[in-house]
Amino acid sequence: MAARAQQRSTTLVTLSTIFIIVWLIVAAFPFLWTLWGSFKVQGDFFSKADWTNALYGTRTQAETGSPFTLQAYAGAWVEEEFWRAALNTMIVVIAVVIISLTFGTLGGYALARSGYRYAFWLLMAALIFRAMPHITLVSGYLLPFFEWGVWGSLSTAIIVLVAINQPFTLWMLHSFFLNIPKDLDESAMVDGCTRFQAFRHVIVPVMWPGVITTGLFSFLLAYNDFTVTALLLSQQNHTMVPKIASFLGSVQVEGNVMFAVASVVSATAPLFLLVMFFQRQIVSGLTAGAVKG
Amino acid sequence: MPHGTFLRFIFPSLAAMILFIALPIISIAIQSLYVEHEQVLIVTENCGPFGCTPSTTIDQQATQALRDAEPLGRFNGLGTYTNRSHLAFAEVSAAWAASDGIGDFLGRLMNLPFYKALAFTLSYTAIVTPLVLILGLMIALAVNALPKMVKGPTIFFTLLPMIVTPLIASLILFWMIDARGIIGASLQNLTGDPNLSLKASPTLTWITLFVYGVWHSAPFAFIVFYAGLQTVSEETLEAAMIDGASRWQRVRHVTLPHLMPLVIFITLIQLMDNFRVFEPIVGFSAEANATSLSWIIFDDLRNEAGALFGSAAATSVLTIIGVAILLTPVVIRTWRDFNRKRV
Repeated sequence: MAARAQQRSTTLVTLSTIFIIVWLIVAAFPFLWTLWGSFKVQGDFFSKADWTNALYGTRTQAETGSPFTLQAYAGAWVEEEFWRAALNTMIVVIAVVIISLTFGTLGGYALARSGYRYAFWLLMAALIFRAMPHITLVSGYLLPFFEWGVWGSLSTAIIVLVAINQPFTLWMLHSFFLNIPKDLDESAMVDGCTRFQAFRHVIVPVMWPGVITTGLFSFLLAYNDFTVTALLLSQQNHTMVPKIASFLGSVQVEGNVMFAVASVVSATAPLFLLVMFFQRQIVSGLTAGAVKG
Repeated sequence: MPHGTFLRFIFPSLAAMILFIALPIISIAIQSLYVEHEQVLIVTENCGPFGCTPSTTIDQQATQALRDAEPLGRFNGLGTYTNRSHLAFAEVSAAWAASDGIGDFLGRLMNLPFYKALAFTLSYTAIVTPLVLILGLMIALAVNALPKMVKGPTIFFTLLPMIVTPLIASLILFWMIDARGIIGASLQNLTGDPNLSLKASPTLTWITLFVYGVWHSAPFAFIVFYAGLQTVSEETLEAAMIDGASRWQRVRHVTLPHLMPLVIFITLIQLMDNFRVFEPIVGFSAEANATSLSWIIFDDLRNEAGALFGSAAATSVLTIIGVAILLTPVVIRTWRDFNRKRV
């Protein structure tokens, strides 16, 4: 019977296969197209004559003598100092992930183990904080930060991103710690450990799967952020995403769009690798919060 | 866990949230009551051989001194909320009086920046959220039926639109729909209209942004539904089959009820995220035809003549009120569930 339940009619299989192929093209083609186009000159990427030029690189061949060129990358990384933005992104992302996880594991553990009603209300407050549009919070920071002279530095953006990230981190780690049996740390406390020692010696060794999943999402939040970094960082401290946005300000200059294209591809590459290596954790993480309610 | 220990564990996280989420909300509430100082003007008389002419100049120093002394600006009460760029009471009642019919009135309302942004934000939320649910469910059902071998790569490519930075993803699509890009040029060929541009008309821009929104968020719904499908009980499905349920009836009466809690979860997250739609408007340079509440706050803060903190704060407060209205049903529901569990 189990086999019968799985059986499907041929038409349905065909339809669903066609549907999934169409979806895969819609989902993946834009990225492949842009990757391919980033090795062309602007005349091919935006071809007035014929869009197939972008495929064969007609103008690129004429201008550089080869159908592929690294001009756009050289321009972005060397001329426009995109490496500086990449470095800033690295600093911000690593700091945000480490600090969010430290705060989040402690808080999530406390929320999972406290039986009091205020733990529920804290989680509700976190949910409401999660709903706040980031830009409304940023408009609250700007004036005080200007006045205190902390506007523009990387550490300001880091701590703000950590705070914005906390509600989600707390929820996720809270539901993860709920799945670790209570007896584990309570028996350690019976043996004479303090609560913190029990956490440190019993919970920390078994918490890594949940922490890694949560860390991936903290990474994505910090890496993908535009609102906070664009408004709170000064020009030379810009991370990759606001830097790409600033390329667009002067779109009319020939070649500048290609700088943006090259940096877009450069900024997407780490995300590709991330999904490739951590696909299972991302899937299980997204479902952990949802399926268990 | 004793209160003291709980507090010590939660303190760093709680402090971060209070300092950088709760206090900023209070900060915008205060800022919204103030407006920027006006420039200090000096009127001088220039006397020449043909008589005297009064001329006005800006006293930069005095203006700067005033701004340094009171960075918040001058107190304005609720003035900012009711002015033309926010709730615009005067303009709305004027439009109401002048317009003949509700359509005309709404048309006039769309000339006011706040209502224009509100209209787009609400339409985006209302249209993208259900479409994301439907498309996500369809992909999940289709992927679930695939042979095991191809599932992994399929999930990999499916996740891409969600994982990639929203601004970057919208830029990539923006370049493709350019009249000289592949999608833009193909559309011109298909329709035979060489002047067709997805960027020019408001309707097409709105549709483009909606399509982007669905494309970006469907993978999230997919992955949640896909996980839910793994836990549908095989026995119930078989039982339904023995009772003579058709394929569609099984999906309708067994699978869907099982996924209902997930639908609520995705809807909640999507309502929050879609209501703050912002990056695609920057990425698609769509501000001429579509603005969102988040975008007009950004625009005020990015003002070339100096950030309009008061104006941005007033819009922020209104946005937060919008979020509160959106979330009230959820909070009430959770509160009921919580009480039921306690009893």
